[in-house]
Amino acid sequence: MLQPEGQPVHELSLCDAIVGTTMKHADGRAVQQVTVRIGHLRQVVPDALQFGWELLTESTDLKGAELVIEQVPATVACLECTAETTLDMPILVCGVCGSFDVRLLTGEEFLIVSMDVAEV
Amino acid sequence: MGRIHLHEDGTAAFHDHDDEDDFEHDHDHKHAHAVGDHSGYAETGTTRVTILENLLSENDRVADANGRDLTAAGIRAVNLMSSPGAGKTTLLKHTLARLGGTVRIGILEGDIATTLDADELEGAGARAISVVNTSAGFGGECHLDAVMVRSGLSRLPLDELELLIIENVGNLVCPAEFRVGEEARAMVYAITEGEEKPLKYPVMFRAAEVVVVNKMDLLPHLDFDLDTFLSNLKSVNPSAQVIQASARTGAGVDEWCSWLTR
Repeated sequence: MLQPEGQPVHELSLCDAIVGTTMKHADGRAVQQVTVRIGHLRQVVPDALQFGWELLTESTDLKGAELVIEQVPATVACLECTAETTLDMPILVCGVCGSFDVRLLTGEEFLIVSMDVAEV
Repeated sequence: MGRIHLHEDGTAAFHDHDDEDDFEHDHDHKHAHAVGDHSGYAETGTTRVTILENLLSENDRVADANGRDLTAAGIRAVNLMSSPGAGKTTLLKHTLARLGGTVRIGILEGDIATTLDADELEGAGARAISVVNTSAGFGGECHLDAVMVRSGLSRLPLDELELLIIENVGNLVCPAEFRVGEEARAMVYAITEGEEKPLKYPVMFRAAEVVVVNKMDLLPHLDFDLDTFLSNLKSVNPSAQVIQASARTGAGVDEWCSWLTR
């Protein structure tokens, strides 16, 4: 896993952004669940994000809404031998031929994917 | 900022929506779902609304506005990042001493609290210094975001400047995620921080166009292995320019200044 020692404040800022975007889209509807998609190359610690989410939503209309975090592994395609490698370290290297001449395929995702709202 | 919009054939497109409300749609299934998305409906009585918006899109929108203002004023803006104590402020003092007479430089100083860094730079050769204390936000932010920089820019005489150096809050994690409208990102790294940090904090090392490897004058006194560090750096950011420097002795400052003003 690519999880360096993160700092909770970092995740708090990100939660703040998730809360803001969700509230805007919810437009008063009751939100039950929010799904975010985060690549492994982002230095986001899921537990810290969950903690921040609970903290920041507590006093809002989003209180009780569940945060679902989809994690996306980092993968690269080698430009020399064309092999695809899933990385377990943030080192951008081909796992087959060892070349550093690689293109990043996934791992930098940073999206709010969807939210579930109660039907009126 | 553009939004990712998925079409039925699975292709994604970016659109700039000023009329944001148009984008959101409850599921009438005109749009295909993203990989990993599910049925479109959750439990009974619940509707899944696709958002697919970058988490930092609000920040990036303001960053783009900052970037446009800076470009319009003909200013090259550099976002300078490092951990606390790596030597950003000392490097800036040398930078102002070298360039202050010929280049009109503004400094935007980000700090969680105090004006100590700005005080140290006062009179060193900058045209203007703007201080942004991030503690005005939620609990003392660990980074500058685009909105904070926008407020800092409003206190600077942009039409008098050619170069803006944004000294970010000392932190190896957070500043890297938040674009603020800069043209380029630079990083100061002190060799006292050890060889392994590029592997532990890849986001920042990947974001930097140039890495000033600072405190090189201490090399004989440390167990720091320069080759290992450089190879770690290369493995996360193959294209980073490396400048070996000592902000204390002034070594490497010329090379740094020529990168800054290129």
